[in-house]
Amino acid sequence: MSIQEFLIPLLATAITAGTPILYAAIGELITERAGIINLGVEGIMLVGAVSGFMAAIATGSPWMGLLASMLAGGAVALIHAFLTITLRANQVVSGLSLTIFGTGLSGYLGKSYIGIPVAKPFDIMPLGPLAKIPIIGPIFFQHDILVYISYGLVIVLWYYMYRTRPGLNLRALGENPAAMDALGINVFLLRYIYVVVGGMFGGVGGAYLSLAYAPSWLENMTAGRGWIAVALVIFALWNPLRALLGSYLFGGIDALGFRLQVLNVQISPFFLKMLPYLFTVLVLVVVVARHKGRLSTPGALGLPYDREER
Amino acid sequence: MNQSLIQLQGIVKKFPGVLANDHVDLDICSGEIHAILGENGSGKSTLMSILAGLYRPDDGNILVNGVEQKFRSPKDAIDCGIGMIHQHFKLVEPFTVAENITLGEKQTSFILASKKLNDRIIELGIKYGLEINPDAKIWQLSVGEKQRVEIVRMLYRGSKVLVLDEPTAVLTPQEAAELFENLRKMAMAGCAVVLITHKLNEVEAVADRVTVLRQGKVAGVLEKHQINAQEMVRLMVGRSVVMQYARSSSSVGKVVLELNKVKALNDMGLPCLREMSLRVREGEVLGLAGVSGNGQREMAEIIAGLRLIQSGEVLLNGQSISNLSPRAIIDLGVAYVPEDRLGMGLVPDLNTLDNLILKNYHRPEYSGRWLLKPRAVQQNADTLVKQYQVKLASLLQPVKLMSGGNLQKLLLAREISSSPKLMVIVYPARGLDIGATEAVHKLLLELKQQKTAILLISEDLDEIFKLADRVGVVFNGQLTGEFPVEQADLEEVGLLMTGSRTARERINDNEPAHS
Repeated sequence: MSIQEFLIPLLATAITAGTPILYAAIGELITERAGIINLGVEGIMLVGAVSGFMAAIATGSPWMGLLASMLAGGAVALIHAFLTITLRANQVVSGLSLTIFGTGLSGYLGKSYIGIPVAKPFDIMPLGPLAKIPIIGPIFFQHDILVYISYGLVIVLWYYMYRTRPGLNLRALGENPAAMDALGINVFLLRYIYVVVGGMFGGVGGAYLSLAYAPSWLENMTAGRGWIAVALVIFALWNPLRALLGSYLFGGIDALGFRLQVLNVQISPFFLKMLPYLFTVLVLVVVVARHKGRLSTPGALGLPYDREER
Repeated sequence: MNQSLIQLQGIVKKFPGVLANDHVDLDICSGEIHAILGENGSGKSTLMSILAGLYRPDDGNILVNGVEQKFRSPKDAIDCGIGMIHQHFKLVEPFTVAENITLGEKQTSFILASKKLNDRIIELGIKYGLEINPDAKIWQLSVGEKQRVEIVRMLYRGSKVLVLDEPTAVLTPQEAAELFENLRKMAMAGCAVVLITHKLNEVEAVADRVTVLRQGKVAGVLEKHQINAQEMVRLMVGRSVVMQYARSSSSVGKVVLELNKVKALNDMGLPCLREMSLRVREGEVLGLAGVSGNGQREMAEIIAGLRLIQSGEVLLNGQSISNLSPRAIIDLGVAYVPEDRLGMGLVPDLNTLDNLILKNYHRPEYSGRWLLKPRAVQQNADTLVKQYQVKLASLLQPVKLMSGGNLQKLLLAREISSSPKLMVIVYPARGLDIGATEAVHKLLLELKQQKTAILLISEDLDEIFKLADRVGVVFNGQLTGEFPVEQADLEEVGLLMTGSRTARERINDNEPAHS
C-alpha cells in the first residue's frame, strides 16, 4: 500500500471526523470568550443531533434538519444563560445538569428513530476545480457542504474576533465585564446572545453527526465529542484557527483507529477507540504545563457578573 | 466658571441596613476642579456611582445643563458627557492601550481602524500632557500610565465632566503632581473635574471648591478662599483629629531582622529582589517607601516564609530563617500583616472565632489531641475583640462582611496578641478612613514601645513619615536610599521611588542602580 492510498484517505477522514468537534468547539469558544463556561455541550450536541434528524425525516430536507438543530441547541443554551447570567448560578453545575438533561431528552425523543435511514443526508459534493488539485483536493475539497461552511466560519469568526469592533467587545466581555458595564455596554444582553449562538453551533455539531457523518440516529451517538470540544477550546487557547487545527488532530486520531483496524494491525480495537480520549488528557497536560498556569484564559471566565456587588 | 454643568438635587440611596446618601445636593460647574471630601462610608463613592449611572438613586434629581436626566445605565451617563475614572481601573489587561480606549464606543467604524485611532490618542496626549503609547499592552504599564489611559479614554469619548475616584491613592508624589497639572489643563479647556478624595493636602493643592460629606449627608461646601485643613477635618470627622503623633523616643536595641544580599524571583519567574540588604532593630520602625511592584510584597513574603530565596540570607536575632517553613518562622516570633487582608491575612468565609486562631489552632491551649477546645477559642475571641475594639455583629458571622477598618483591627489583634519579636506590615492603612487609620497607627506605636521591631512597607509617604524612625526606599528590588526620618526629605524620597537618582547619590556611589 502506498503512502497516497493510506495517508490521503486518512487525512480526508480526519477532516470529516473533526468537523462535528469543530462546530461544537467554535460554539464553546464563543461562549467562553463571553465569560461563560458551558459544560452542557455534550447534551446540546445530542439534542441537536436528534432534533435535526427528526426534522430532516419529517420534511425530507437536511437543511430543515440543520435549522431545527440550531434552534434546539440555542434553546438548551438559553436555559444555561438564564441560570448563569440572570440567576448567577454556578456555571459548572448548570452545564453538567444540562448534559445529563440533554442525554436523557435526546434518548427519549429518538427512541422510535433508531435504525431508520434518513432519506436525504448532506451528500458529498466535490468543490469544482478545487477538488481536482492533487493531494489538496481529495483531502480538503471532496466533502459535504457543512465542511466547507466550517472552513468559512472559522475564518469569519477569526476576523470578527480580532479585527472588528463587536469582536473586540466580545473578547473584553470575557476579560473584564465590569469595565464593559462602566463603558455603557449591556453585559447581560451580550452574554445571552453569545451563549445562545454558542449553543446553536453545538447543535450543528450534533446534526453533522446524524445528518452527514453517519446519517442515522443512535442513542448517545456523540460519544463524548462534546467533552473533547470543551478540552479543545483550552488547547486552542481560545483562538478559532487553533481550534480548527485541534479538531482535525482529534479527527485524525479517531480516523487512525479505524484505518488501523482495516489494515488488520494487531492492536485491540478497544484501545484504538480509547485513543482520542487519552489524547485529550495528554494534550491538556502538555498545554497547561507548557504555559505554566499562564494560559490566555479569559480573565472573568466562569465568574457571574453582578453590578452592585460590593 | 459659574455655569452649572451638573446638578444633583436631594439624592437618596439606600442599601440594606445603610442610608448611603441622605438628600445630597451637589453643584458642578464647567472650568472648575471640584473636590468631594469624605471618609470611607461617608457616601462619596455611592454618590459618584449614581452620577456614573452604575446605581440608580431611590430619590432625587440629576440635572445636566439644567435638563433633568434619568440614568438607567452607565451608557446614559456617558452620553451626557460624564466620564468616570474608577479607583479600580476598568481596563482589560491583555489588550492594547488603543483597544481599551476604543472599547465599547459605537460612533466609529465596524472594522477597527487602528491608524486613525492611534493618531487621535497621540494628539489628545499632546494636548493635555497625557502621552501614552497606543500599542503598549495594559499589563506592561505602570499604575500612573494606566490612569492616563483611563483619562484619555474619557476625553476621546468627549466627556465634559471627569470624575476621578481617589486618583492619587496609587501614585508617587511626582506622578500626583503631574496629574494635578493635567487636570488643571482640562479645567482650563472648559471641562469640569470632580475629584473624590480623603486627602486634605490634595484638596488644598488643587480644588476650586470642595463639598464635604459625612455619614451620607453634605456637611458643608467651601469655596477656594475658605479651604483650610482644620475646617475640612472638622466637617469630615465631626471632631478634631491628631495630625501628627508625638514621637516617642523609645530605646533602640539589638538587630532583630537582617537581610543580607537576598536574591529572589517573583511569580513570573523574574528577579524581584537583587541583593537586598537591610536591618531592623528592637523598638524601631523601619518604613520602606516604594511604588508597588518593586519587590516589597515579595520581600515580606520571604520574611514570612512564603517565598524561597535564591541566595543571600535572612536572619532573625542572628539565627538564619532563610527558607524555613512559615510555621517555624511564626513560632520564632514573626508576625505578618499582608497587603491583601481578605485574601491572605484572613479567610473571608470563616467567622471571627476561627480567623483568630488560624496561627495557633494547633497549640495545646486551643486544641486537644483531635478536637478544638471551643471554650478557649471563644474566650480568646471575646478578649481580643474587646481589647482591640473590633466592631462586629457576631463572632459567628463570616469576616468578609466586616468593614476594612475592622478587618485590619482584627488582623492586628491576632498578630499582636502573639507578642511578636518582629512585625512585618504591608500597606497598613490602605483603604481605611481617618478614624481607622489613626487606630491602626496607634496600635503600631504601642507595639514599638514593647520593643518589637517593625518593618512597615507602604506607598503612602505621609504614613511613613508619621510612623517610621528610619526611612528606606526600595526601587527595582534594591534599597536605593536610607535616612533617619529627621533627615529624610519628601522630595528626595519621591525621586528615589521613581528611580531618578539624586546628586548626592551620584557622588557617593558609582554603581548603576540596575546592576
